[in-house]
Amino acid sequence: MTELVAMIELARGDFRLSVDLTCPPGITCVMGPSGSGKSTFLAAVAGLATPERGRVRLGGEVWLDRDRGIDVPVHARRLSYVFQGLALFPHMTALGNVQYGMHDVPRAERGVKAAALLERLGVAHLARRRPRTFSGGEAQRVALARALARSPQLILLDEPFSALDRELRAQLTALVRELVAELRVPLVHVTHSVAEARLLADQVVRIERGGVVARGTPAEVLANVTSLDE
Amino acid sequence: MTWQPLWLSFEIASLATVLAVVMGTAFALLLSWRRLPARDLFDAVISAPLVLPPTVLGYYILVMVGNSSALGRAWEALTGSTIVFSFTGAVIAAAVGSLPLVVRTVRVALEAIDPNLIAAARTLGARPPRVLITVVLPLAGPGIVAGGMMGFARALGDYGATLMVAGAKIDGVPTASIFVMDQLLGGHDEQVFAMSAATTAFGVAMLYLANRLTRRVRAER
Repeated sequence: MTELVAMIELARGDFRLSVDLTCPPGITCVMGPSGSGKSTFLAAVAGLATPERGRVRLGGEVWLDRDRGIDVPVHARRLSYVFQGLALFPHMTALGNVQYGMHDVPRAERGVKAAALLERLGVAHLARRRPRTFSGGEAQRVALARALARSPQLILLDEPFSALDRELRAQLTALVRELVAELRVPLVHVTHSVAEARLLADQVVRIERGGVVARGTPAEVLANVTSLDE
Repeated sequence: MTWQPLWLSFEIASLATVLAVVMGTAFALLLSWRRLPARDLFDAVISAPLVLPPTVLGYYILVMVGNSSALGRAWEALTGSTIVFSFTGAVIAAAVGSLPLVVRTVRVALEAIDPNLIAAARTLGARPPRVLITVVLPLAGPGIVAGGMMGFARALGDYGATLMVAGAKIDGVPTASIFVMDQLLGGHDEQVFAMSAATTAFGVAMLYLANRLTRRVRAER
C-alpha cells in the first residue's frame, strides 16, 4: 500500500511548523486557520520548501531524510501539485498544459492521452485555447487534468476550489473523489471548507499554529464544527 | 547625401543587440537569483555604463580588448586582426553601452513571472534547464524583445565609446553619430539635419515598440 509518511520541522522567522502525518491512499483533508502552516506542509512534502528536520516517504521511496542527507529534487518526486492559483501556464493551450508532465508517455501518444483527459473532465472544447479565456471552473478542471496526466503517486491540492461557487465546488469535489478512488493514491487536500472536508475526506487533520491538534475521520474531527474559527 | 554611415550604424547596432541580448539575458537570470552573492554590487557594475562618461567606458573597453590585453591578443592570434579600430571593436563598444538597458528590461520581465508557474513546472517533473526553456524564457520573451529594442536604439546612437574603441571611421566610413559631428564641424547643416532626423525616427520607433511590448507583458499577467 502506497502511503505518505511525512515528518516536517521547519522554522520561518517566528513561525514554527512541526507536523507528523501518515496519509494512506484516499483523501486526507488538512484544515486550519490561515497561517497555520497547511500550505507550508504541502510545499515541504513536494520539496518546494526545505525543512530543518524531516522525513518524507512515499511507499518504499524515501524523498527526504535530513539525518541521512537524502533530499530528492522536486522534479524526481512523482507527485502532482495543484496550486491555489492553479498556476496554469498562460503561454500554452489547455492541451499543452496537460501534456507538460507526460515525460513517460511516448511523444506521439501524448496528444491523444491529453485530449482524453480533457474529455474526461468535461473540458475537451478548451483544448486549443489558452488559460486567459477559461472560466474559474474550467481552469480548475484543466488544472486537475494536468495533475492527473503525470500518473502521480501522490496528489497535493492547495485550496484549488476556494474561489468557486458552491455548486461548482460540489461538482469538482465529486469528480476528485471519483478519480482518487480509481487511482488509489494518497491525496492531501488543503481546505478551509468544513462542508468540503465532510464530503471528500477519508481522514481529516486539523493544524493550528504549526502543529497537529486533531486527526481522525470527518465524523470524529468535525463533529459539531460548522466553521474553522470555532 | 550619403546614407552609408546609417547603414554602418545599423549593422553595428544589429550585431551589438544580438550580443547584448544573449549576455544581458544571462546576467538578468543570474541577478534574479536571490541567493547570488554580492547581487547589488554585481548589478551596480553591470549598470555602470549608464552613468559612466562615454570616454571612461571606452577606456575600460580598450583595457579589456586592446592589443595588449589577453582577449585582444587571443583575438588577433585567432583572426589575424585586432579588435580596436575595427568593425568588431565598434560592435563591442555599442554592446557594452546597451547591456544595462537589456539587463534591466529583462530583469523586470523575469521578476514579473509568477513563482508558482516555475514551481508547477518543477512538480510536473521538469528539470531546471527545461523549466528555463519552456516556462521562464517564453514568459519573459516580450521583455527580452523589448530589451533588445531599447538596446538597439542605444547602440544606434553610440558615439564616445565607439570613437575611442573603433576610431573615427571604419574602412573609411563613419558611424551615423560620428558623421553628424563631422558634418556639423564642416558646416553642412542639411546633412546634419537629415542624418539626425533619420536616427531619431528609428530610435523613437524602437522605444515606442518596446513600450508597447512592455505594456503587453503587464496586460497578460
